[in-house]
Amino acid sequence: MVCAVNKHLDARLLDPAGADELVRALQRRGFSVIAPAIEDDIVVLREYGPADTLPRGYSDTQDGGSYRLTRTGDDRLFAYAAAPQGFKRVLWPPRQTLYESRRTADRLEILPVTEEPKKLALFAARACEIDAIAILDGVFDNGDFADPGYWARRRDAFVVLVECGRSGDTCFCASMGTGPAREAGFDIALTEIFGNGPHRLLARAGSERGAEVLAEIAGRPATAGDADDRNRMLAEVAAAQARRMPADVAAILAANPEHARWNAVAERCLTCGNCTMVCPTCFCSTTEDSSSLDMSTATRARRWDSCFTIDYSYIHGGAVRASARSRYRQWISHKLSTWHEQFGRAGCVGCGRCITWCPVGIDIVEEANAIAASSA
Amino acid sequence: MRTAGERPGAPGGSADPMVPRPFRVTRRRRETADTFTLDLVAEDGKPFAFAPGQFNMLYVHGVGEVPISISGDPADGTRLVHTIRAVGKVSAALCAMKRGDLVALRGPYGKPWPTVEAEGHDVVFIAGGVGLAPLRPAIVHAIANRHRFGKVIVLYGARSPADMLFAEEVQRWRGLFSMEVDATVDRAGPDWLGRVGVVTKLVERAEFDPAHTLAMICGPEVMMRFSVEMLTRRGVAEDRIYVSMERNMKCAVGFCGHCQWGSAFVCRDGPVFRHDRIAHLNAIREL
Repeated sequence: MVCAVNKHLDARLLDPAGADELVRALQRRGFSVIAPAIEDDIVVLREYGPADTLPRGYSDTQDGGSYRLTRTGDDRLFAYAAAPQGFKRVLWPPRQTLYESRRTADRLEILPVTEEPKKLALFAARACEIDAIAILDGVFDNGDFADPGYWARRRDAFVVLVECGRSGDTCFCASMGTGPAREAGFDIALTEIFGNGPHRLLARAGSERGAEVLAEIAGRPATAGDADDRNRMLAEVAAAQARRMPADVAAILAANPEHARWNAVAERCLTCGNCTMVCPTCFCSTTEDSSSLDMSTATRARRWDSCFTIDYSYIHGGAVRASARSRYRQWISHKLSTWHEQFGRAGCVGCGRCITWCPVGIDIVEEANAIAASSA
Repeated sequence: MRTAGERPGAPGGSADPMVPRPFRVTRRRRETADTFTLDLVAEDGKPFAFAPGQFNMLYVHGVGEVPISISGDPADGTRLVHTIRAVGKVSAALCAMKRGDLVALRGPYGKPWPTVEAEGHDVVFIAGGVGLAPLRPAIVHAIANRHRFGKVIVLYGARSPADMLFAEEVQRWRGLFSMEVDATVDRAGPDWLGRVGVVTKLVERAEFDPAHTLAMICGPEVMMRFSVEMLTRRGVAEDRIYVSMERNMKCAVGFCGHCQWGSAFVCRDGPVFRHDRIAHLNAIREL
């Protein structure tokens, strides 16, 4: 659904150069700005350095098992879709040291390893990405326990949304209700309008501090026509998405744990875990212990884990989920079904990364639809 | 990076729930060939409160961390008791601990046995093998507060007489006029004159009032399944049957994902579950 530009926030128009200006304004305020860059023929999210400018003229083609960066031949800033990795790795790094344990003759000391709270700005987060962060917020503060490392990075993070002007080939945010438009969850929202009048950025503030930063950037007030252009563009982006998740997928998967399709997908699934490594909401982790040679100092760390590994469900006697069938079923059922019971919503935001980065091109939407089509 | 006693940044400024505190082993008892009971006392001297059925995460320096249920008396706030079977590298390291050795521990975690809901009912404890360890705090509690319950019945099955936990204590319980204890083993030599067979046989013949009975079961999943079946066949309501589940756990606080069983996080929603709430999960293999 595309909503009207929020009336109480003054929308402004920026020149395309305003995006880099915005990054530098955030840096002046002490933010470490994590922004898109091109590295090794992919879009990466990394700290914006003094010599950096945002990439221009890049797009991508994505399909099951395929990702190619392409050139647009123009100077569009945000024509590419979901980067291989989202902001999860910034807020929840793949490897985190938990504590150091020091043993002396008669003492054991546990020393928590703490990261200084960071002033992070997440720049050019797409609508699906912001939804994914909202999901992670619920995971890492579940009412009983909160993860201080996550919140040290997350609590004051400045979020700059970029609404997508083009739907990626594997995107399905529209049917998940997570994008491409977004009215909350950001400090500043940018919508790039291209090929309809001058190339420009429609900027909206979603918070007081967002409005303050925006006021520092050269621009002019937006008109109702600019808002119409945005709405039309976002409606087109949503309409361009061929993949549609069945609306009642949660109930369908819950009712079909023994569906024959699970066997069919297990024949193709390599249980490599790529889908879980690129998923912006997969939060599973395992722990790792290491120690000095004399065993006086030991370190305990946490690193990303995947429900596709055989160790993941191991208890004395063997793995609970020994078959590929049960592991794929666990992953997709968690994303689309049991997540609702746990967190009150789906764990999938429709970014399409799991489709693009699956080496055999397994498509979560196709699998869900196949089960829905012959549901028990 | 810096090291500090507390991490800033969490909502409410709480300390990292993943960080344990040191405890010292004050006593080690051998229960069976591969199972040992450790008494632990906090190095910082702070009391430790828990409810029967809860568990702790025990860390061995440089080796790792495992979830272990608490097997001690819930009324004892200073001495923490864990009964551990050596099945992996961390549990083996714990079993090899001597008096004076140090571990680090965090907890308690999880939903406890329904000791309050059980009041006024006949209470049937059904244990298989090391499953008696998580039930022991509830049994000790029932004995200490005997007047609050109807009959108190302990039914214990083990692989062999040598695999029975707390053997002397179980004998002592059996000597009490206020409770009934029955035990069986899967196989035994000629020196065993007790029962041989599965624990469900004990459930079949135990004397309790099914309409006013609450059961707590802990053991291998297949043993729990058949025990539930026998209890329901005898007329015990499914919402008064509780089981304790085991799953892989790396965090115990809902972050690591490993213990998921359907939509349940066994660490937070369990390990003790009311049977009628998880019966549908039991029916699905490899869930």
